Amino acid sequence: MIKDRAFFEAKSSEIRRLTVQCIGDLGVGHLGGCLSVVDVLTVLYYAVMNVDPKNPHMEGRDRLVLSKGHAGPALYSILADKGFFPKEELSTLNRAGTNLPSHCDMLRTPGVDMTTGALGQGFSCAVGIAIGSKIKKDNATIYAVIGDGESQEGQIWEAAMYASHRKLDNLIAFTDYNRLQIDGPTAEINSLGDLAAKWTSFGWFVQRIDGHDHLAILEAVQKAKADNQGRPSMIILDTVKGKGVSFIEEAGVNNHNMPITQEQVQIALEELS
Amino acid sequence: MEMRGIFAAELDRMMEQDERIVVIDADLAKANGTLLLREKYPDRAFDVGVAEQNMASIAAGLASYGFIPFITSFCPFATRRICDQIAVSIAYASQNVKIVGSDPGISAELNGGTHMSVEDLGIMRAIPSMTVFEPVDGIQLKKAMPQIIEHNGPVYLRLFRKKRPRILAEDYEFNLSRADILQAGSDVTIAASGIMVEEALKARAVLKGQGIEAEVINVHTLKPLDSETILKSVVKTGCIVTAENHNIIGGLRSAVAEAVAENFPVPLRSVGIQDVFGEVGRLGELKEIFGLTAENIAAKAQEAIAAKNSQRTGGKQK
Ligand SMILES: Cc1ncc(C[n+]2csc(CCOP(=O)(O)OP(=O)(O)O)c2C)c(N)n1
Ligand SMILES: [Mg+2]
Repeated sequence: MIKDRAFFEAKSSEIRRLTVQCIGDLGVGHLGGCLSVVDVLTVLYYAVMNVDPKNPHMEGRDRLVLSKGHAGPALYSILADKGFFPKEELSTLNRAGTNLPSHCDMLRTPGVDMTTGALGQGFSCAVGIAIGSKIKKDNATIYAVIGDGESQEGQIWEAAMYASHRKLDNLIAFTDYNRLQIDGPTAEINSLGDLAAKWTSFGWFVQRIDGHDHLAILEAVQKAKADNQGRPSMIILDTVKGKGVSFIEEAGVNNHNMPITQEQVQIALEELS
Repeated sequence: MEMRGIFAAELDRMMEQDERIVVIDADLAKANGTLLLREKYPDRAFDVGVAEQNMASIAAGLASYGFIPFITSFCPFATRRICDQIAVSIAYASQNVKIVGSDPGISAELNGGTHMSVEDLGIMRAIPSMTVFEPVDGIQLKKAMPQIIEHNGPVYLRLFRKKRPRILAEDYEFNLSRADILQAGSDVTIAASGIMVEEALKARAVLKGQGIEAEVINVHTLKPLDSETILKSVVKTGCIVTAENHNIIGGLRSAVAEAVAENFPVPLRSVGIQDVFGEVGRLGELKEIFGLTAENIAAKAQEAIAAKNSQRTGGKQK
């Protein structure tokens, strides 16, 4: 199948529909932060990562740590679509006994490579995984996604410093720079300042792109692999929290953990079809 | 009214009178009800972003400057995430910081296991000089706030942030270091905290139907523990059941066991999270999954009474 713009557009709309639907079934969830990472996850899982839905623990596979663990439902939608588990399971999201809890859990969900939910920790775990892959020389690439609010955690910068010290060129990270956290716009709560300059000064190979442009994401990943000069990569994604569904985008800072009615689900599904 | 609303309203009232009070959030001000304070007190209510460790030590710095900071987050991030900052910057340095964690134990509901503190009481109780308090309802929270501020030293406030059923009367007299005897009884003591108090009261009704008189104590302050009230009760009843929304290790069961074992050993049974992590679900479902129910308390009371009786007959009973 040709992985062109039309393919990615169609696929990420499908993933957004699944995401809104499973959160909608429950009536509340992290809609904003899920929808903002769908495009990068779509590119990674359908055009980049070496993973096998039939063998989720395959040795030497590429791995992804969704450090902003509250975006679990977006990842689950992709994993279900790829066949890691039946799509019907999506409707169990966040219900007692589910394998799909609001925050990523590697013990419960096939295809989830690391447990996250306490912000900042996943990113250090990704550094550890990247070191492990270096020791084993298995040529895997480790991907990590962090939030802009999450970037306020000191642990992010501890991990950043050490990853560059260890020259982890097998680590490709993304910042979901949607400019919002729970209590307000990131710039008003605790400004990240010149984020690209920060990552550069920490010794990372930094790119900044439109986080909803699939081809730009694909190109940036290829560039991160080819041009890193022995450095870990940070790809800053300019994104919109709630991307793809007007009323969710418009809710702005209120779309973090947002209630959604069945009627609204229908409106969202129409817009995404 | 929601507990967080009461919490924020009390802060507002006291910030008006006391310029030393400062409120610091770590991107959970909306969740904890403290966001509105920023309009009225732009200098004294602020958010450091998702950076709990930084928040804790910033608060210690402010306290060294004469302020009384309240720092807020969810229970796990207000305790286990930052326990070294709490231990060193706050407690060891003897700084007067009030630590507020919301969504204790299974009340984190849909946020799931990562957000469920099953260990926060154990952590906080083991830090020297820390006062550990969990209000049972809005009335108690409201009455406790001035005493928390008046107390010169670190306090951990374990706060259920949504609506709670009312347990106490409006004219109830609160004392931070005195446990509340909610119902008197002579056959078994039930010491409960937080959301388990209402379960304990329900259990008492069930037991009454079986001819058993249970004494129900609300242990709102886990540290310093009011061992006097608890010991007086067990001297009378001869056995005790603890009920808590926390791991059975480190929290109420441990505190009560320590007090009872050293002073007046009696059979003890417990209801709590059985040394496992939390998981997603609604509060009612999680109570069932983890056995945090009135039925379970009543069953444990029966067990405790049986153990007492068998001890009294020298274990000779068949
Ligand atoms: C250590 C920790 N502190 C607080 C939280 C609660 N929390 C969940 S998401 C969030 C805001 C994150 O903002 P951002 O990283 O920008 O996420 P996004 O906008 O992508 O949803 C907070 C504070 C948490 N999960 N972990
Ligand atoms: Mg954000």
